[in-house]
Amino acid sequence: MCAKQVKPAAKDVPTTGHVWDGIQEYDNPMPRWWLWVLYLTILWGVAYTIAYPAWPLISGHTQGLIGSDQRADVAAEIQRFDDANAGIKAKLVAADLAAIPTQDELKTFAVSAGASVFKNNCAQCHGAGAAGVQGKGYPNLLDNDWLWGGDMAAIHATVTHGIRNSADEDARYSQMPAFGVDGILEKPQIAEVVQFVRRISGQDFDAALAASGVTVFADNCASCHGEAGKGDRTQGAPDLTDAIWLYGGDVATLTETVSKARFGVMPAWGDKLSEDEIRAVAVYVHSLGGGE
Amino acid sequence: MAFLDKHKKIETHATLLLVLSLLVVSIGGIVEIAPLFYLQNTIEKVEGVRPYTPLELAGRDIYIREGCYNCHSQMIRPMRDEVERYGHYSLAAESMYDHPFQWGSKRTGPDLARVGGKYSDAWHVDHLIDPQAVVPESVMPKYNFLSDAEIDGRYIADIMAVHRMVGVPYTDDDMANAKADFAAQADPNADSAGLEERYGKVVVSNFDGQPALTEMDALVAYLQVLGTMVDFSTFIPDPKR
Repeated sequence: MCAKQVKPAAKDVPTTGHVWDGIQEYDNPMPRWWLWVLYLTILWGVAYTIAYPAWPLISGHTQGLIGSDQRADVAAEIQRFDDANAGIKAKLVAADLAAIPTQDELKTFAVSAGASVFKNNCAQCHGAGAAGVQGKGYPNLLDNDWLWGGDMAAIHATVTHGIRNSADEDARYSQMPAFGVDGILEKPQIAEVVQFVRRISGQDFDAALAASGVTVFADNCASCHGEAGKGDRTQGAPDLTDAIWLYGGDVATLTETVSKARFGVMPAWGDKLSEDEIRAVAVYVHSLGGGE
Repeated sequence: MAFLDKHKKIETHATLLLVLSLLVVSIGGIVEIAPLFYLQNTIEKVEGVRPYTPLELAGRDIYIREGCYNCHSQMIRPMRDEVERYGHYSLAAESMYDHPFQWGSKRTGPDLARVGGKYSDAWHVDHLIDPQAVVPESVMPKYNFLSDAEIDGRYIADIMAVHRMVGVPYTDDDMANAKADFAAQADPNADSAGLEERYGKVVVSNFDGQPALTEMDALVAYLQVLGTMVDFSTFIPDPKR
């Protein structure tokens, strides 16, 4: 065995006086380094309560010598970044909206700033990649099919005021009638107009039903969706001919849409985001592929 | 050493040790906790914070029942990254009517302290029914059963009474109209004048989009009020606290 032989203790070390089964305990002093660490932590604790806000008093608390304050600290830190970006943000806010995508410096800043605004606020509905949610009514922002317009001014207005929300009185608003639920159209008429919509969107359709759907469409739908079903951006009426669907173009979904109508809501961001953030995210969305 | 000999007496008498330990711990507790009840600067006066409406309160109970707090905090800390992402840092007064508060301590999902008004009601419903349908990368479980669980506010006045007992200023008028207010908030066609008179700014909406009043309505009503009570465009918190 190679175990080190235990050094016999010096004769003058006292024991604690306890004896258990003949085992005694030496009363050696605690290691110096350990004691000093203990004393240092006590000193540190006292110094900390002097340096930082700590002790409660009658009408307040001690403020601490170094004046630390979380609220002031976070305000100062945000201010530091705001100051660093103040120049280019001012330019972004002052610039002509339509011209921003043509100005390299502003566009580069706005696209990267807008991307983070988008990820934080818009991605939950429109998707992290901005492709929307197919069939759920959350529009794809990557294509060139726009409900309310895809130029800078239109995107800016949509982000600022939102769509069909009750919080902003300037929100974009339109409401499709619930043709079935409100009894405007009979079930057979809905079936006809659904087949007509299938026809103009280039899908398989029942020719006889679609033919009688022409008048139903002209009487009920054309005022918003247009004679040819091309939609109308001033009232957010979707183009029905382009085979891009918010909720779906199959017979069951179209029947549900005509019967119950849809009421997609987008919140207003005007009071949540600053003007430079709104402009940045508008440029970002504009840059995704469909910007006009 | 006389002092150490006295200490030996404490160490060898369990009851004495217990009593004295309790005494020492209470001193720490009193110094840390008691001042919070009288210090003016911990109880910041904040405009706009109101008690929850009956429907929001029911939604809050569902939030607690489903353990939402296990993954979602409701506490935006005063740090730049949090303030930039979630909005103004939380104020103590914003949870003054929360019993118990829902600050949480873990964020598997995002902080919800200011989620109110950020998304549409329909999004919340879609998301609670099937989170992955709208956020494919989410790990949140499905809460589709909330849409099927009808509620009628039968016990809401009793729940409000309990909250009143612990200091939420519900009036007798609030309690008497609790059940009516409960239903009115989820029905845009109902007369909500009384509800608004009693609670101030209230979002009235058919939150879940279906005719029946369900737990989904209550939970979305609660989520839509979170963090919206204080108007930070007019209220500037004291910068030195």
